[in-house]
Amino acid sequence: MEKILDRLQGLGVLALNVFGRLGRGSLFLFHTLVIMPQLWRRPGLVVRQIYSVGVLTLLIILVSGLFVGMVLGLQGYTTLVDFGAQESLGVVVSLSLVRELGPVVTALLFAGRAGSALTAEIGLMKATEQLSGMEMMAVDPYRQVFAPRFLAGFIAMPILAAIFSAVGVIGGYVVGVDMLGVDFGAFWSQMQAKVDFHEDVMNGVVKSLVFGLVCVWIALYEGYDATPTADGVSRATTRTVVHSSLAVLGLDFVLTALMFGDL
Amino acid sequence: MPSNKGDEVLVKIRGLRFFRGSLPIADGVDMDIRRGKVTAIMGPSGTGKTTLLKLIGGQLYPDAGEVLVDGKNIHTLSRKELYALRRRMGMLFQSGALLTDLDVFENVAFPIREHMTLPESMLRTLVLMKLESVGLRGARDLMPSELSGGMARRVALARAIALDPMMVMYDEPFTGQDPISMGVLVQLIRRLNDALGLTSIVVSHDVKETLSIADYVYVLSRGKVMGQGSPEELRKTDSEWLKQFLQGLPDGPVPFHYPGPDYFDDLINQDVDSHAS
Amino acid sequence: MKQTRYMEISVGLFVAAGMIALFFLAMKVSNLTSISSDAGYTVTAYFENIGGLKVRSPVTVSGVLVGRVSAIDYDPARFEARVSMEIESRYDNLPDDTAASIFTAGLLGEQYIGLEPGASETNLKEGSELKLTQSALVLEQIIGQFLFSKAQEGAK
Repeated sequence: MEKILDRLQGLGVLALNVFGRLGRGSLFLFHTLVIMPQLWRRPGLVVRQIYSVGVLTLLIILVSGLFVGMVLGLQGYTTLVDFGAQESLGVVVSLSLVRELGPVVTALLFAGRAGSALTAEIGLMKATEQLSGMEMMAVDPYRQVFAPRFLAGFIAMPILAAIFSAVGVIGGYVVGVDMLGVDFGAFWSQMQAKVDFHEDVMNGVVKSLVFGLVCVWIALYEGYDATPTADGVSRATTRTVVHSSLAVLGLDFVLTALMFGDL
Repeated sequence: MPSNKGDEVLVKIRGLRFFRGSLPIADGVDMDIRRGKVTAIMGPSGTGKTTLLKLIGGQLYPDAGEVLVDGKNIHTLSRKELYALRRRMGMLFQSGALLTDLDVFENVAFPIREHMTLPESMLRTLVLMKLESVGLRGARDLMPSELSGGMARRVALARAIALDPMMVMYDEPFTGQDPISMGVLVQLIRRLNDALGLTSIVVSHDVKETLSIADYVYVLSRGKVMGQGSPEELRKTDSEWLKQFLQGLPDGPVPFHYPGPDYFDDLINQDVDSHAS
Repeated sequence: MKQTRYMEISVGLFVAAGMIALFFLAMKVSNLTSISSDAGYTVTAYFENIGGLKVRSPVTVSGVLVGRVSAIDYDPARFEARVSMEIESRYDNLPDDTAASIFTAGLLGEQYIGLEPGASETNLKEGSELKLTQSALVLEQIIGQFLFSKAQEGAK
């Protein structure tokens, strides 16, 4: 009997922890969003963050996008050629990129490159009392620190995803047309016939907006919530990458089902 | 404020209670911090002196009791009023809390830029004046990572007085400093207090340095005020505990040993301990 | 502030690159150019079996793309599938006795609607119904029929 009660208590503690975190995370998000309009008067803060979140992530996005596109071209070709359908290579490459790989891989890379950096930065600001210091200087850290980073991530993610997809299509083109000899005209025309701007491209953009929101939210909150020690910050950084990746993959399924599926 | 101008007490703490878990940080604390004086709050490490400063700054809310700063109860102010009041309080954090992505000049300029719109030339003059008063005018282009601990604290001090506050709170200003920068800081705190007409609150456990500049001292332990008075009065105290603390005696009312089972029994009983396998 | 300038310029380039990428995806990768919802007209046709026809499947005349399937639903009154297709407005001279058949592009390719113009004097307009339709060929049925006839031949 005692053992059962212990188990129940453990479960209760776990549930309280999870709900507590969710609740505080939501409050944090709410607080950040409420302060957002004040950024109109301080665009410099946002530009600075777009630089560190977006521009500095660009290189890894370009390189990965190119390689992912090239691999898609190669794999797609070897599968399609068995059916004599290698002309559809453009469709395979572009649909995979625009609908799925563009938003998802970008979000995963973003979580690893920019998200972890955000968490570490904010955790360190907390550990070195910079956040407290701002509060004591009557500067709201939500306006000064969180909101600009949040907005920057939200803006940067769809841009990165679009660049990833575009570079990937070019990579697929290089492999498919230049190297494997798929017909140049068929590659583009089949692609254009099958890829719809609203259905496919815009849905991909919507996905990356959602992923952007979730990734920065997790990254910022983990930093904000981190135990202000070296160990605490490193744990929080790990959690950011793990949680963001899981959230992105899980949400991707939900969004795909809503957008393209008949579930 | 004009109604309180004549009031000699700037910060009035009454019946303050604050617990961190079951650990008392403040358990019925009464304090008066007088205008224009350097008031020290001392106590062994781990008694929550920093927390007390955060309570005064309105960053934490007490379980009971009130903190009146310049006649206003800081914990019932609206956010706007609180921020307005904080502009008139400076705080020097233990680590300096400099913004790591800005250089020294911009760090000192930060609160000024945030709260006033000054032409760049006037801002520059103002920042250089503040830096001159802590002796670091020449270091304005350095980044915080290039500063020694003592210099970082002096920059933070320049920043704390950037908005010409009515009071400055110092959180452990002497910890981890070499004798020279310790001496510099001790002098600076006293000099700035007198030259700018500040009110200073120094939280510290460095007895010698603190007593040399304080006008009035509170000694806290386990949430209670264990003793108060001018440094001379404290030196003449006959409380055993205060003597131990002020003279740094290893054993006394505060035992050298962390509470545990009897030494001899502990050595015999090998099987009860997790380190015994 | 040379550093700030560098940062702002690179952010500007970054945003511009994003726009170019999106433009590329819109114009080159997807069909935003070819069907820019230029308000074509919609006609309907009823089929017994649509096979693998999908919304946005092509509608062709003589193999030339003239429109796309805009909706497919089942008409419970007629027990047939109702297919709506949007024809681009520049192809407005199709006779109203045009026939619609569902074809398959290649053996395993996608299915599309092929229109065969008739000889009527009046043209199709918004809301017209194509009377003459031919359903999709379902591969299993054809194979089934073929085997069945072979079996009958063998029995003779």
